[in-house]
Amino acid sequence: MNRWFLKPEYRQRLSYHVALLGGVALLTSAAIGVADHLTRPDIAQRQLEDLQITLQQVVPATYYDNDLVRDTVTVDDGGRPLVVYRARRGGQVQAVCYQVSAPGYGNTAMVIAVGVDRAGTLLGARVISHNETPGLGDKIELNKSDWILSFTGRSLNDPQPDQWAVKKDGGVFDQFTGATITPRAVVKAVKAGLEFFAAHRALLLDEVAPGPIAGQPAPDGGNRL
Amino acid sequence: MSEDYRSVFTDGLWRNNVVFAQMLALCPLMAVTTTATNGLGMGLATTGVLLTSNIVIASCRDLISQEVRIPVFVLLIAALVSLADMAINAWLHELYKVLGLFIPLIVVNCAVLGRAEVFASKRAVLASAVDGLAMGLGYTLALILIGGCREILGSATLFAHASLLLGDGFAFLETTLIPKYKGFLLMLLPPGGFLVLGFLLAGKRAAERRWQRRATNRGEARAGAQQSPSAA
Repeated sequence: MNRWFLKPEYRQRLSYHVALLGGVALLTSAAIGVADHLTRPDIAQRQLEDLQITLQQVVPATYYDNDLVRDTVTVDDGGRPLVVYRARRGGQVQAVCYQVSAPGYGNTAMVIAVGVDRAGTLLGARVISHNETPGLGDKIELNKSDWILSFTGRSLNDPQPDQWAVKKDGGVFDQFTGATITPRAVVKAVKAGLEFFAAHRALLLDEVAPGPIAGQPAPDGGNRL
Repeated sequence: MSEDYRSVFTDGLWRNNVVFAQMLALCPLMAVTTTATNGLGMGLATTGVLLTSNIVIASCRDLISQEVRIPVFVLLIAALVSLADMAINAWLHELYKVLGLFIPLIVVNCAVLGRAEVFASKRAVLASAVDGLAMGLGYTLALILIGGCREILGSATLFAHASLLLGDGFAFLETTLIPKYKGFLLMLLPPGGFLVLGFLLAGKRAAERRWQRRATNRGEARAGAQQSPSAA
């Protein structure tokens, strides 16, 4: 039997080691590449479904009759493009939804979806993804704790700006036993989300055309907050 | 070479348990065992990877030369974990939402590499599969035990959120032992994990010593009983 590659003396050679290592690296990368190609459409589809579910959670169905996943506007948020989903009823934007991110415990990003109505009131906030410690920081998820619901109905003036913090910092929002950094970051991110709405209100509500005047208050809109 | 599958199995579950005997894989263990449910999820994911990595490595053990075996094992294990990650994300998305947090942690689980090196690279495919399964189940057992202890002491619940991992049929597992428990933070942080592990290890040693003593006593008694007729 000519199984030369099984003979130990060949396996001692440097060229065999190089070929083996290279071959395994090539094979495994090829396998991962193929798997990525095969799973990409499915994963994208699952993420789109997740996004729709999240949007439905932060913007109640009574606020829109359009397909808000497709009605988007991209706004420049301090150098980063941010996709905003607009909920319209009868053609008028009733609410918007977008994602804000916050550095969590250990500097891994948390992504939070917020829904804001025309008046700047928070319709809801949900944590979409995070890497917080299971059992400690993960109480920001709705299925672990209803803490995240404490943001619903808040706006930039409710509570007062200096009260937008966890209780430990003199604010109104609860922290968790053993995890202050995570809720503190979420509170900060949600507040930043509301500030983003206040800064770009007219554009988000489709009252000005996106362009060079983006971010300027529209004649009829402006800072009604 | 005929394999004693029973002994391979008990090795994995008890005698040579990944955590309680080999003291491996403590990093992911401390990270996830804040609840018994998390332990179970991590344990199941690790068992799957251990099983497949042992099978793959045992089936190409003749090709892998001694000098480069470690990088080859690492490549194979990392690739398997990535494949599992993508497949679960695409086709078992509900499970991914629960286990997704744990899957990348398996790459840093040295027990997987340990079994490849100690067992799968030297033994037949079937025996390696049994070893992977047994080691994985042993690890799962350890994770549930430690997770359960930490959860009871730390937040006075047991198997909280089990229905998220196992489906609504398992909601009966979720128990709250003391309502309105203030929480014992130390147990939820890594030091609590080490404390629990230390006590469980001491308990295991004590139990084994007692069993050994009982076995020797019984042996002596039997030897005595056998001797007594001739002495009489």
